[in-house]
Amino acid sequence: MAVDVEEMLRLYGLMVRIRNFELKMVEIFTARMKAGDFPGALHTYCGEEAIAVGVCGVLRPDDYVFSTHRGHGHALAKGADLNKMVAELNGRASGLSRGFGGSMHLYDPSIGFMGTTGVVGGNLPLCLGTAYASVALGGTFVTVAFFGEGAASQGSFHESVNMAAVMRWPVVYVCENNLYAATTHVAVNCPLENIADRAKGYGIPGAVVDGNDVLAVREAAVEAIERARSGCGPTLIECKTYRHHPHCMVIPEHRPPKECREWHAKDPIESFAASLMRIHATTRDTLDAIEAREVGLLEAAVKFMRESPLPDPATVGDYLWA
Amino acid sequence: MRRLKTIQALREAIDEEMARDSAVCLFGEDIGAYGGVWGLSVGLQKKYGERRVFDTPLSESAIIGTAVGAAMVGMRPVAELEYIDFITECMDPLMNEGAKLRFMSGGQVKVPMTVVAPCGAGTSEAAHHSKSLEAWMLHEPGMKVVMPSTIHDMKGLLKSAIRDDNPVAFLWHKAMFDLNEEVPEGEWTTPLGVAAKRRPGTDVTVVAYSLMASRAVEAADRVAPRIGVEVIDPRTLNPFDLPAVLDSVRKTGRLLVVHESPRRCGVGADIVRQVVECEFRSLKTAPRVLAGADLPIPFSKPLENACVPQVDDIVRAIEVIAAK
Repeated sequence: MAVDVEEMLRLYGLMVRIRNFELKMVEIFTARMKAGDFPGALHTYCGEEAIAVGVCGVLRPDDYVFSTHRGHGHALAKGADLNKMVAELNGRASGLSRGFGGSMHLYDPSIGFMGTTGVVGGNLPLCLGTAYASVALGGTFVTVAFFGEGAASQGSFHESVNMAAVMRWPVVYVCENNLYAATTHVAVNCPLENIADRAKGYGIPGAVVDGNDVLAVREAAVEAIERARSGCGPTLIECKTYRHHPHCMVIPEHRPPKECREWHAKDPIESFAASLMRIHATTRDTLDAIEAREVGLLEAAVKFMRESPLPDPATVGDYLWA
Repeated sequence: MRRLKTIQALREAIDEEMARDSAVCLFGEDIGAYGGVWGLSVGLQKKYGERRVFDTPLSESAIIGTAVGAAMVGMRPVAELEYIDFITECMDPLMNEGAKLRFMSGGQVKVPMTVVAPCGAGTSEAAHHSKSLEAWMLHEPGMKVVMPSTIHDMKGLLKSAIRDDNPVAFLWHKAMFDLNEEVPEGEWTTPLGVAAKRRPGTDVTVVAYSLMASRAVEAADRVAPRIGVEVIDPRTLNPFDLPAVLDSVRKTGRLLVVHESPRRCGVGADIVRQVVECEFRSLKTAPRVLAGADLPIPFSKPLENACVPQVDDIVRAIEVIAAK
């Protein structure tokens, strides 16, 4: 499916938004840690932006996304409000989850964003439920479950993919294989060359794509989503990628420097910018204008956060029961 | 009036709720055409179709995950676990997600789902098919826990559980499978969080639920009229009707809690804590907990019985506390 330049620039803007957001959060968290505070864990998505944007860019507003512990990119790509995202990561009452969730518990059901999760693989059983609801309600909405290559070792991966395959429920499983589960190399997690090779064992299609190429991810997503929407069941897409930062803020870099350099050279935003200019006649000025717009939005979001109050401790029990 | 057995009462509750609300659905292992290993869904797939009543793979984590996810988007699922012991296979979707989702999302999500499972010992099914595990679930803020002791409540409480907007674990005791009681015609609900006084008395308060409630009534009958025992059946453990227990203790000054699950860090310990904190001055003697052994459930009948309070044990415990 051809993608027009306007749509490509929208995708580019979303990737920039995610990158800038993550770098700003690293800056804020680092400053707080230096000041003796521990603001919680921060798992950044830098380097993997093409996947969230490639997939979510083709979803409808009524489609659902279940995300991971490294989920800021998925939330923003599905349309989460930047102000509320910055506020939530900084524990403000104006945050996406009113300060109750933080980075690993971001929810916005109004846009179909059904949550990041603190348990690796914990989202995989849940995605079955919205997929079942689509069938039960006679809808055409689909569910996307993102997960890492580490989560593919969890029992929940098997149970989820198997059941979706048996029931032909509309799920798209998107594995973000960034080669390391915390510090553990994928070779310790999987004996196969590709996580997607496991699809055969469930009788569903599997696809391996360059996770740093937003248009390649998008192409695979279009096919899988169309398949799910038309009642043909789930697909397993594996996106090969690499994160720019170590696992989280408190684990020092452990990966071979040469490997890091090689992957940095394949940065998904820079390479998309280059191809936009080379193939699609986009000018540097156009890209700079997008960057400037995103910087402005982020600055406003940080200001919004700083002006927002912390939650009132008296409200701590307000949301246990419906 | 008519007579119903446990499974008939549970099935009638689900049937009525499915007829009342198209968001209610039922699934689990063997639940479809076969009708469930306990007979929970006999006839329901035929009546409501395969979209609303269906078989799942043997996959507890996927079953409970399906229930949680579907509940998040407005369905009202009822999921059966064939034994509550199998909850170990799905603790993550139930406890880490389902029970906490509303809280973690700052109130954006609600999770109206019910897990129905048999619990309890007494059927010689040994260590993997005999536990109750209510204390595990009570330790997860966000889970409601229902443990009925009569056929009337089996139906009334299950209907309330299904209508509740929160995750509910509904545990029925396997030793009550053949229980057969007279109930009215038609529909009724029993509210969550309201205890029932199974027997009035002025000397000793016995708090007991599930199978132990009927055993406590039997023990109370046996010591009457020598000792006047008031049996309070909380029926639901979260929410818990503390005022009903405190009212009774104010009258009797003596408290015995009876349950089948292990004594250590158990439900009884927590009930005693609450009574001591709220009504210490009414107590004439130290409250006691008569509970299951701090052991796995063994197979052979004499060993199994030794792990679970019997009527004789309850009688002795009542006599000891009444004499103080």
